Amino acid sequence: MTDLAKLTLVESIKYVKEKKCSASELVGAYIKRIEKSDKLNCFNTKDLENAHSKAKKIDTNQKLDKALVGAPIAVKDLFCTKGVKTTASSKILSNFIPTYESTVTEKLWNEDAILIGKLNSDEFAMGSSNETSNFGNVLNPYRLNNQNLVPGGSSGGCASAVAADLTSATIGTDTGGSIRQPAAFTGIVGLKPTYGRCSRWGIVAFASSLDQAGPMTKDVKDAALMLDVISGYDEKDSTSAKKPKSSFLSSIKNNVKGLRVGVPKEYRVDNMPKEVDDLWKEGIKILKDNGAIIKDISLPHTKYALPTYYIIAPAEASSNLARYDGVRYGFRAEGKDLTEMYENTRSEGFGAEVKRRIMIGTYVLSSGYYDAYYLKAQKVRNLIKIDFDNAYKDVDVILTPTTPTPAFKFGENADDPIAMYLNDIFTVTANLAGLPAISLPIKHNKDGLPLALQLFGKSFDEQTLLNTAYFIEQQVNFKSQVKDWWMS
Amino acid sequence: MSDKEFNYYISGETGKWEVVIGLEVHAQVSSNAKLFSSSSTKFGSEPNSQVSLIDAAMPGMLPVINKFCVEQAVRTGLGLKAKINLLSIFDRKNYFYADLPQGYQISQFKHPIVGEGEVILDMPYGTKKIGIERLHLEQDAGKSLHDQDPTKTFIDLNRSGVALMEIVSKPDLRSPEEVAEYIKKLRSIMRYLGTCDGNMEEGSLRADVNVSVRKIGSKEFGTRCEIKNVNSIKFMQQAIQYEAKRQVEILEDGKKIDQETRLFDTKKNETRQMRSKEDAHDYRYFPDPDLPPLKFEQTFVDQIKKKLPELPDDKKERLIKDYKLSNYEAGVLISDKDTSDYFEDVAKNSDVKLAINWVIGDLFAALNKIGKSIKESPISSKNLSKLIQLIKNNTISGRIAKEVFELMINDNRDPKVIVEEKGLVQESNVDELEKIIEKVLKDNSEKVAEYKSGKDKLFGFFVGSVIKESKGKANPALVNDILKKKLS
Amino acid sequence: MSINKDTIKKISKLARISVTNEETDRLEKDLNSILKFVEQLKELNTDKIAPIASVSDQPLTMSEDEVKKINEKKEILQNAPDKNTNYYIVPKVIE
Repeated sequence: MTDLAKLTLVESIKYVKEKKCSASELVGAYIKRIEKSDKLNCFNTKDLENAHSKAKKIDTNQKLDKALVGAPIAVKDLFCTKGVKTTASSKILSNFIPTYESTVTEKLWNEDAILIGKLNSDEFAMGSSNETSNFGNVLNPYRLNNQNLVPGGSSGGCASAVAADLTSATIGTDTGGSIRQPAAFTGIVGLKPTYGRCSRWGIVAFASSLDQAGPMTKDVKDAALMLDVISGYDEKDSTSAKKPKSSFLSSIKNNVKGLRVGVPKEYRVDNMPKEVDDLWKEGIKILKDNGAIIKDISLPHTKYALPTYYIIAPAEASSNLARYDGVRYGFRAEGKDLTEMYENTRSEGFGAEVKRRIMIGTYVLSSGYYDAYYLKAQKVRNLIKIDFDNAYKDVDVILTPTTPTPAFKFGENADDPIAMYLNDIFTVTANLAGLPAISLPIKHNKDGLPLALQLFGKSFDEQTLLNTAYFIEQQVNFKSQVKDWWMS
Repeated sequence: MSDKEFNYYISGETGKWEVVIGLEVHAQVSSNAKLFSSSSTKFGSEPNSQVSLIDAAMPGMLPVINKFCVEQAVRTGLGLKAKINLLSIFDRKNYFYADLPQGYQISQFKHPIVGEGEVILDMPYGTKKIGIERLHLEQDAGKSLHDQDPTKTFIDLNRSGVALMEIVSKPDLRSPEEVAEYIKKLRSIMRYLGTCDGNMEEGSLRADVNVSVRKIGSKEFGTRCEIKNVNSIKFMQQAIQYEAKRQVEILEDGKKIDQETRLFDTKKNETRQMRSKEDAHDYRYFPDPDLPPLKFEQTFVDQIKKKLPELPDDKKERLIKDYKLSNYEAGVLISDKDTSDYFEDVAKNSDVKLAINWVIGDLFAALNKIGKSIKESPISSKNLSKLIQLIKNNTISGRIAKEVFELMINDNRDPKVIVEEKGLVQESNVDELEKIIEKVLKDNSEKVAEYKSGKDKLFGFFVGSVIKESKGKANPALVNDILKKKLS
Repeated sequence: MSINKDTIKKISKLARISVTNEETDRLEKDLNSILKFVEQLKELNTDKIAPIASVSDQPLTMSEDEVKKINEKKEILQNAPDKNTNYYIVPKVIE
């Protein structure tokens, strides 16, 4: 009997539509696994009762025509879900129940997907290891010598849940790599769409000019299907792009002949582990052997991307998080007057990393420093964007590793924020330039940990990105090596 | 009128000081919905009944700009003869206050929608041009109620997010009188345009007043203090008087003025320092990443320009030209849109010269006496026109008309009906008049003889007696003619 | 440019976050390390480069001046930690 929870999203929907299983059976299979997986700590909130009743309803009505019918989907706890607690993995929102639904999750439920819960993450999406959540660390389903590893972040709970088959698919958010890096660490697919492709309405904002929602899935076709559902213009989001309706899944091509692939020399950083360098070469070879044209390109301002990001993102965050003041919702601490109430609320309500970023953000925007930091960063951002514009005159996609290392142990970067930030070194450029990018698992290293490659696409050309990723996926045939060690 | 000299100076021991004033006027835009959300802007509604998720700054909310508010700002800019900027940018002004839900106000800092313009004042000593520095759009904040509870403040967010136009003048004002005229003119322009109702009691118009002093003849500006949120012209004038004196006293003492923000205490009639300087706001302005730049074509501006109503200055010129009004008369009539609308209605439908006298003279006096504005006039413009028509077509005399007018104050009916009811129709029948005249002359034969022998003054006595005999109804002009004939 | 304890005090006031002495020490170290890292940008000459606040070319789309009553007072006040039927309630500001 097929373990329904091991099916991909596309497969499981096909099962339901073809009545090979009921929605209740499908949901039941995932719930069974979820109930035994608390050790991974992927879920901030489980909504299992509702999931059961929704599945039952679908089975009773027998209207099976929607695109995601019966699919059990948990989403990152940054998406506001009506009537279901939404915490941003923070104490300051630990009791917040939205009365509204985010645009992208609304789209999922409109296609008859079933919400099973909200997934843990770094607090307010700030982090690269899911070690900053108010609700505790998330564990990577992959371990190293039976030692626990981080799943990556900030969408750590998402990545772990997909890799551990606790959800058929999920959506995370990516501001500097928060979808792609955890996807790489857990051996799943993670796609950050072009900025503006998906609506940001109803997503707890971190850095408005960088945030994008995106699918995290078991394979590329699943990501294409999810993108079809969640993308689209939203008049409630002034940064949302008006593009024709997408049909990425149906347009996937398994062919890279003539595809021009850029390999940027600046991504070959000092002290790059050999296994990552080899991985990169393997990826290049696969494409070249199948008719792609490999071009060496230069993205000259790459090394300035991370510092640029760590000015712009905290600056925007410091402003976006000002609304968390205990007045209208969320956690409120005592204070003898308004100012004290604010200071205590925010000091107790926010964790250390969030506070650090708010402080830096406040500093770089402050009088006397704005020009030297924030304005400068905006200019360098332009240079980075221009680098890609120039490169894309000659290539269609760009291939790099996703991360400089595979998943690491907890506490490894505890004392040094910069060391932690360096995890995003290959991913932040996509956010700064607003480009789509996907992380694809390629193989396991000698320690059995997944390694992934990243592809950048042209603005709004997720199709070419998905095609290329699909092709490579079919070539490498990556199979998850996750064992259910955490189930008691 | 225009040979008066400007003379608002403050005399100190060391000489005469002039006062330099600049105003930042906050004018609420007349619109149905708020600047970035679809909530109603209606005044006086139940607290927190006109608040949307966006206004309450719930997590994940995003702004969408109201086109009409943009048009209103352009309209006002055109009324100020100002430069309209086809490209402008919204910035976040970051600070914390309980009635500022986002923790920032969306405003415009470096690139406002409207640039330099001017307002022309009619002062007793001549016309004066006051320069406008800029006009920009921004969100209003909510209301804090401090007097409902000894230790708590109540917050009403109805006003949060309402569109404001901030109009910044150049420091060209030099006296409380000029400030009063400036506010009145600004208000008048906006009322004519329909862009702001200028209702200071309801808070639609408020100003921050910047005051500094300097020795007459000095070209340098002194240190200024800002008096925040003054919501009546009277208070503005009082505040300026107090503040200017305060500053002169300090300077005459040999001390320096501290640049600070002050409040006007309406009970004590003095300005006082706001909360300490160290809390000086660093607003950390930066472009709002949720809002692309506001761009429109010149055609958008031209369309608005085409449909502009006649502005007060232009109307004044026209009234002077078309109706041969004096500068004073025209000034009085255009000072208020309601007044000029009323006047034009009357003038168009009766007789201009009579309209001027009746409106500026009788009507204004009557309104003053009963304490009503022209909008609340008990006599409608329609009926006043009819009254004047009755004079013009000789149905009643000017004297009778004044009686009828008094009646109409409490009885706004068609004056023709009143005249007929009260039997006040002027006697213009020559035969009837002759009868009355003959009687008077017969009854006063000695006086007739005296008149004929040279006492010309008695003519008036005869006229008066005829009018009296006719109970006021005799047509004076005809009486004059017939008497002249009979006495010759 | 570097951050000292005084600056941290100022920033924390601006950001309305109270910090203990211990936290101040930690923050001084961390924030300076971050600042040092981002200071690399100084190496670039950006005199002739325009700053970009966003990567999208989208024009600012405008909505109509229509009142849409979407949220009732009860819903708006629902999540407030302190409120009455009509208002949000907060501790007084001390002027």
